Amino acid sequence: MKPFGQVTSKTVAVPTTNVDTDQIIPARFLTTTDRDGLGDAAFRDWRFDQDGNSLDHPINAINPDTHAILVAGDNFGCGSSREHAAWALDAFGVRAVISTSFGDIFKSNALKNGLLPVEVDEATLDLLMKEPNRELTIDLEEEEIRFGNHVVAFATEPFARRCLLQGSDPLTVLLDAVPDIETFEREHGRAS
Amino acid sequence: MTGKTLFEKVWERNLVRDEAPDSPAILHVGLHLIHEVTSPQAFQVLAERGLKVRRPDLTLATIDHSVPTLPADTEGRLPYATPAAENQVATLRTNCSVHGIELLDLDDPRRGIVHMVGPELGRTHPGSVVVCGDSHTSTHGAFGALAFGIGTTEVGHVLASQALFQRKPKTLRVMFKGETAPGVTAKDMALAVIARLGMDGGTGYVLEYAGDAVRALSMEGRMTLCNLSIEAGARAGMVAPDETTFDYLRGRPGVPDDWQAAVASWSELYSDHDAAFDHEITIDAAAIAPMVTYGVSPHEAVPVTAQVPDATDANASAALDYMGLAGGADLSAIAVNRVFVGSCTNGRIEDMRQVADLLRGKRVADHVRMLVVPGSAAVKQQAEDEGLDKIFLQAGAEWREPGCSMCIAMNGDKGDPGEVVVSTSNRNFRGRQGEGVRTILASPSTAAASAVVGRLADPRSIEVTA
Ligand code: SF4
Repeated sequence: MKPFGQVTSKTVAVPTTNVDTDQIIPARFLTTTDRDGLGDAAFRDWRFDQDGNSLDHPINAINPDTHAILVAGDNFGCGSSREHAAWALDAFGVRAVISTSFGDIFKSNALKNGLLPVEVDEATLDLLMKEPNRELTIDLEEEEIRFGNHVVAFATEPFARRCLLQGSDPLTVLLDAVPDIETFEREHGRAS
Repeated sequence: MTGKTLFEKVWERNLVRDEAPDSPAILHVGLHLIHEVTSPQAFQVLAERGLKVRRPDLTLATIDHSVPTLPADTEGRLPYATPAAENQVATLRTNCSVHGIELLDLDDPRRGIVHMVGPELGRTHPGSVVVCGDSHTSTHGAFGALAFGIGTTEVGHVLASQALFQRKPKTLRVMFKGETAPGVTAKDMALAVIARLGMDGGTGYVLEYAGDAVRALSMEGRMTLCNLSIEAGARAGMVAPDETTFDYLRGRPGVPDDWQAAVASWSELYSDHDAAFDHEITIDAAAIAPMVTYGVSPHEAVPVTAQVPDATDANASAALDYMGLAGGADLSAIAVNRVFVGSCTNGRIEDMRQVADLLRGKRVADHVRMLVVPGSAAVKQQAEDEGLDKIFLQAGAEWREPGCSMCIAMNGDKGDPGEVVVSTSNRNFRGRQGEGVRTILASPSTAAASAVVGRLADPRSIEVTA
């Protein structure tokens, strides 16, 4: 799995709340059978009109080398379970998303793809919204974000955090548990 | 000692390993449903790692999202929207055959939307864990299963192990007091819940729907209710199984061989009277009216008799702009371009009957295009056996082959930019039914009434001819 330790980059602020995964990647791009190549589809209908002409939108500032942190309104990534949303954000150049809350399934998907969802309180989000284009560091080891003289703590599910820091794959850990799964199936009359 | 909630009982029945501070629980999966859109990359991971599907017998595949709802041409070719869509279906076929997974293929009379087929085949069991790479997996909670959507990486986990890492969610009981009024459906109950909780009010919770109004619902209605749990952010919604549940399941092919033992065990699945929930809300069922959405998120819902609420912040006014609506306008003044009846929310036989009741002997308004898409081949057959297709066609609606269709608009069925679509599906997100399309979510009855009137309409205002 793609590891995540820390990232230092500038922010791109999009105050829209409830950004659903249909906005992150519209359904018409879901006929792919690959994980790769979805960067162009990210926020497609925010970035281009129906004739393919570019639109003015703050999201256009995302750049993996300079602006890899997205600051978004409450409840980012709600809606559909499509993991394509995490793949598209990653390919588009987003390394981390900061918001007050996330859609459950999106959060779980992001964590499995080296894309860090960072939950902060409203006051911190307001501060970051007011001043976009600000350099900050997200440190997963310390579970804190640092900018100017601010240090803000955040929490990440411990198992996901460990996997991200080590770049280890949760599937390997799950497969180690197969003997227990087999025992469970035998004891509960669910063996094949 | 306090009692246990329905959720806790089901959680414990499927717990391979309990959670610890540094590791989530491992849950056993009783039914893994897969479809063409969210599975190919999971099979890719299996191939890369040389892994097999551990329990093909607990896995069931169907084709629903990308398929055309128009019939094949004279040469037998289906009108796929794109070659990629056709390739996705072919990929699922290959993956299922390589791994020995049962696939309900296009010519299979049992095929349908993924959340239709589990219950129809009796494969959705009370007390089990049901997962699928699809957020509306919550539908199966209507049977007292713990059912939730997962991402594609997790689809791979379940294929490889038949288990899943999971943190224990919190519980929220939605208690309906009293009975619903005539003309009010499960869809209206669900939209009322979402409007109350907000779009993320359910995040981190499993909802349990309870109260007389829930008990009075058919399984179809309970599925509609649980289906929409995710639209309030909840991953799962549940209803305790009862006689209605057992009556629905009895005799279906996928139920356990020892039916008596199964029913005895399922009968223990209810929240004890002294069970504690992390949160509880009460909803006055009698006060619920037919509900419609006016914004770009399902929680932006009000009674069809109301006015468009004024925007209170920038996000709300952007939503109204997108919808082409102004605060204070009468909802019943909204002109409708299209009506879509279908989806895993409202593509069941009961929904078809409700629509037929309102369309019988009437015509869809001239400027409205109405699409009726059964959720499964079984629903299609049943509706045709009852002659409902004739009613739809005579009214000027289209009657299609089963699939997700305009719910997600990735198979070519979609609206045009700027059009208003009254839809029985589950998401009114920007662009969900086609770029620039304005979606209004409603019950099948409200959708049918709106088709006839040509404007958003209260189904209670339409006279039903027998
Ligand atoms: S009908 Fe809609 S919500 Fe249901 S599975 Fe299909 S696309 Fe998803």
